[in-house]
Amino acid sequence: MNFQFTQTDFFVLRPAILLCLFGCGILITDFFIEARQKFFNALTALIGRGFTGYALWQQQSYLKANGLPELVGLSGAITIDGFGIFFNWIFLIATALAIIISTRYLEIEQEHHGEYYALLLFAQTGMVFLATATELVTLFIGLELMALSFYVMVGFLRGDKRSNEAAVKYLLLGAFSSGMLVYGFSIFYGIANSTKLADIAQAISSRDPKDPMVFLALATTAVGLLFKIAAAPFHMWAPDAYEGAPTTITAYLSVASKAASFAFLLRIFQSPLASVRPTWEPLLGAVALLTMTLGNLAAISQTNIKRLLAYSSISHAGYILLGLVSGNQTGLKGIAVYILVYTFMNFGAFTMVVAMRNQKIIGDDIDDMAGLMVKRPAYAVLMLIFLLSLAGIPPTAGFLGKYYIFLSLIQTQHYYLAVFAVLYVAVAAYYYFRIVKVMFASEAVERGEISDSAGIRVALAVSAVFTLLIGVYPEPFLEMAQRSLFASLR
Amino acid sequence: MLDTALFYIFAALTLGGGVLTITRRSAVHSAIWLITSLLGVAGLYLLQRAEFLAGVQVILYVGGIMVLFLFVIMLVNLDQAAKEKRFSGQKWIALACVAAVALQALWFVSKGAGRFTLGQPSIAGENLGNSEHVSRVLFSQYLLPFELASILLLVAIIGAVVMAKKRI
Repeated sequence: MNFQFTQTDFFVLRPAILLCLFGCGILITDFFIEARQKFFNALTALIGRGFTGYALWQQQSYLKANGLPELVGLSGAITIDGFGIFFNWIFLIATALAIIISTRYLEIEQEHHGEYYALLLFAQTGMVFLATATELVTLFIGLELMALSFYVMVGFLRGDKRSNEAAVKYLLLGAFSSGMLVYGFSIFYGIANSTKLADIAQAISSRDPKDPMVFLALATTAVGLLFKIAAAPFHMWAPDAYEGAPTTITAYLSVASKAASFAFLLRIFQSPLASVRPTWEPLLGAVALLTMTLGNLAAISQTNIKRLLAYSSISHAGYILLGLVSGNQTGLKGIAVYILVYTFMNFGAFTMVVAMRNQKIIGDDIDDMAGLMVKRPAYAVLMLIFLLSLAGIPPTAGFLGKYYIFLSLIQTQHYYLAVFAVLYVAVAAYYYFRIVKVMFASEAVERGEISDSAGIRVALAVSAVFTLLIGVYPEPFLEMAQRSLFASLR
Repeated sequence: MLDTALFYIFAALTLGGGVLTITRRSAVHSAIWLITSLLGVAGLYLLQRAEFLAGVQVILYVGGIMVLFLFVIMLVNLDQAAKEKRFSGQKWIALACVAAVALQALWFVSKGAGRFTLGQPSIAGENLGNSEHVSRVLFSQYLLPFELASILLLVAIIGAVVMAKKRI
């Protein structure tokens, strides 16, 4: 068995290596930075983002220049394809936004430490492997790297009981779901005698589709994955973790972690499990329906805005799953567009909650936003854009994502699912507009003061611009989504 | 023949140890039985000619993790714990769940066992031990996950420091 670390391997791994280097670098330079100048860590992390982005862009243009559908490195452990690159851009954008909204928030919470930024970068390293790895062991360690960083970041407000509780709950359920997942993986290995996804796909397709062993592997893997994307009935951890975590981390968790878990899920279901589609399609359809039902109905009665957005993000996971259920080109393109749009609109909405945090109040009650239109009209309008998009109302981008998902459902004759999905849009509009009503129609309250920073303003502007831009001028983004499809489906 | 006999001995050790772990009243006794159970698993690995796994099982689980358990038990107030009611009201539900899972497993094995190729113990012909095989694969085919695990451990250390220290 000869093994050589080639130039291709290095090229393939470069974004991840850069992320790790900058993460470790922040841990070291943090020692020399005084308590009042911790924002330098954020700068270092942002520069790291630049380098990673450049490495990623090089990979993308290499694929384009040579007309290759994919680039395989490390004897099949990593595959750089359009799918992986698309998701890596999403992780990059989400992490950069998370960094710039964090400095002010952490100062208010008096927990401004360099470790926070290092953990953000390490979490992104895990995500890079979730989107590009094509081998079970690498995928699993990437997943754990991401999850472990998130467990710590969720509990980063050490003096806050809610944050501690959220971290413990997230840790316990996360460990349990990882256990389920790895159980499924062990059966995959037993079936194929290899940990590479391509070999597993071949072994499964050569078996009888009704084989109980395949079903056992499918069921355990699916449960583990559905836990990670917080789909019902495995969504219980999400509202607690989202509510207790520092709001900046809630924003990052709801966007980047969800996108990474979806990348993982899409790869597993479309590569090794593609041949047993008749088995899992009705299962996922039922899960998606249940997820939309529970997410939307539970969101109606929430008074805490972080919990409300947590339930809304659960229901969004249901919509995204529908794209996989229909499974044609429109549906998969719809998933990519939806995840891209969701990144901006959900991040924007959570950034508004971050901006509501000031020295006096936590600012996560819906009533804290009362009369925002009178006090700070610009912020109220921005929040309105994000909420309209979350509800899926044109001309915002949220409409586009939902449009492609519904279209794919109708193309593949899933009429019942399409009807329910459309009905739940109305339910969702109701609870999003509750926030709008509080902002625009209620009397202004004394306590809800915006405490913003340059970073928060930039993040809000970027999110809002993209939320509108993808809605009114979708062509380049649709093309991006098209490139993200697997070569076999394009 | 000897293999079969040994398998039953080790399996009995594993299962018996497991049952005794959860039924003993004293936490220290439970810990000792857990060690027995883990040693039984190590024996099963040896029967599969996986010496490396057996060694790791003894060093990591029996050695490392169990010592940690015993430390924690030392810190817990045992007299108080002994007076508490054991097993919550969910005992029957839990038993039903275990029975359901066992039935499922039996059903799967009876239906699908024939199609499930079992791993063959250690490649014959090559004059290499199990540990050498593991190290060869680990440092060639699985080099990337191995290196990634180091980042994972770094994150775990940072996490422990952040969570446990009063002032960072």
